[in-house]
Amino acid sequence: MPRILLWAVALLTLLGIDRAAAHPHVWVKSASELVYAADGTITGVRHTWTFDDMFSAYAVQGIETRTKGVYTREELAPLAQTNVDSLKEFAFFTFAKADGRKQKFLEPIDYHLDYKDAALVLHFTLPFKTPFKARQLQLEIFDPSYFVDFQLQQKDPITLVGAPAACMTAIERPTDGTAAAQKIGEANFLDGSNTNFGAMFANKITVTCP
Amino acid sequence: MSGPKTDLDTMTNLNTMADRSLPAGAKAALLCVAALAALQFGDGLWHAALAQNPFGGPRAAPEPQAGGVIGWLLAKQSEFYRALSSTIRAARHDGSAVWTLLGLSFAYGIFHAAGPGHGKAVISSYLVANEETARRGIVLSFASALAQALVAVLIVGIGAWLLNVTARTMCGTERIIEIASYGLIAAFGARLAWVKGRGFARALQAGRNQPAADLVPAMAVAASEPVAAHTHQHGHLHATTAHAGHAAHGHAHHRHDHGPHDHAHGHAHHPAHAHEHHHHHAHGDDCCAHGPDPQQLAGPGGWARGLGAVLTVGIRPCSGAILVLVFALAQGLFWAGVAATFVMGIGTAITVAAIAVLAVSAKGVARRLAGGRDGGGALALRGLEFAAAILVLVLGVGLLSGYVAAERVTCF
Repeated sequence: MPRILLWAVALLTLLGIDRAAAHPHVWVKSASELVYAADGTITGVRHTWTFDDMFSAYAVQGIETRTKGVYTREELAPLAQTNVDSLKEFAFFTFAKADGRKQKFLEPIDYHLDYKDAALVLHFTLPFKTPFKARQLQLEIFDPSYFVDFQLQQKDPITLVGAPAACMTAIERPTDGTAAAQKIGEANFLDGSNTNFGAMFANKITVTCP
Repeated sequence: MSGPKTDLDTMTNLNTMADRSLPAGAKAALLCVAALAALQFGDGLWHAALAQNPFGGPRAAPEPQAGGVIGWLLAKQSEFYRALSSTIRAARHDGSAVWTLLGLSFAYGIFHAAGPGHGKAVISSYLVANEETARRGIVLSFASALAQALVAVLIVGIGAWLLNVTARTMCGTERIIEIASYGLIAAFGARLAWVKGRGFARALQAGRNQPAADLVPAMAVAASEPVAAHTHQHGHLHATTAHAGHAAHGHAHHRHDHGPHDHAHGHAHHPAHAHEHHHHHAHGDDCCAHGPDPQQLAGPGGWARGLGAVLTVGIRPCSGAILVLVFALAQGLFWAGVAATFVMGIGTAITVAAIAVLAVSAKGVARRLAGGRDGGGALALRGLEFAAAILVLVLGVGLLSGYVAAERVTCF
């Protein structure tokens, strides 16, 4: 009987793989600006997301252009609209916490797409529902279902616009998605709490203003 | 194992022999698998518990869960996938890059199938729920993987190449297909569960009526309604229906069908062996007088039975293939994309088939173990089949409701 059990468990594992392991089909390089108001409150996040060439080719498929292979901002406007509309469903893959409290975003503004070096670049601004001051802001950019692999841009993944001079930024990034995922397993098994859930994705930006 | 082998099902035979001896090494391997399984299962539960993440992320069901082997597989497939685009680009100027492209596609297919949504669960569960051979498992895996490739080529070929529709339109089409596919999985699972559930219920009842289900009462069970069952089987060509009779009769069924033959060879009283003979007898002329004999199913028309599984899995193309195809089209190398897609499909099929064979072998072991016992063993088998059927149903409903996110079609 134990052998039956063994086999049953082995089988469940194999089937379990189906459920558990997602893998990306879209890669995004992300750079963001944190926008501050004159009074020192943080008003929003401005993203610049560069898609990989395979997805870019897919996304521009069928778009009519005046010049073949050249896509202007105007020609890409409908696609940009689709992008921000669809991203809403995924909470824009952007998660912010101010001094430990989750912050909500409004609908994106100032959005457009550029096409450069065979890659689509999506620009959009996410205003915070309520602008706030925070000693510590944590910003994370990831896809919980890991269909999209987000990577922070090598150079300047976060820029503070109009922030008090004393503010500091710290960045935590995975070398790749797998490294992040491995971290998950260990961390969760060890501490058994989900307080540090976001850390597993490690596309974490921390802004500290004393 | 000394029965006449008029027609050898090599695959089944190999399985049988492997299961039979199960040397210490195999046992150790099994233990390892089980340990891994336990880990993964625990991990899975843990992740399910974590689904409510503090950020209230959307559809937070599956996270990038990827420790160990699976993590490695997925990391590899990402590498291969990323290399695909540069290789397609290179192929524009350098014909030899096409070979690299095919090699990469093959590797990608193999590794990629470790991820969700390539029919591993559906095919394996289907095989376990029914009396299927490993060989059929392999064929079903290949058929469904190639169907997936074909659908991807058709979508991009017709949509992007002929009609030049936008990605949005294509994606909309994919979404519809995806929903249809999930619906099919659910329906397929519901049907399997219904049939297998009845088999299980009957096995339960039989167990209650004849606690020591030895040969004589088993014969009695078989004799009590063989006519009804057989008529039933003739009436419907569908796989699961045919199995209703099979499942319901369990071991008794074999004995009833092949009683005379078994007696002739003097093997009727080895319950554990009954099924093997089942495979090796080739009763050409009474092909259609019987229920589902795996041997016969492989014959003309028999393959129609697996069609449900192939369709269910096969109509949903892999997102990766669609992306590669559109990219190749944009580079003016659609044919290279098509070749890559089919090679990818072969790679995927190999992985799915390997898992399917494992599933069938696992059931083989269970059957052999169960065969050595009394009614309880048969009951466990029917239970296993029922569980496999339920798994397909749950998977289908989960996918439909969005709780289980497979490789979702993303239109942004």
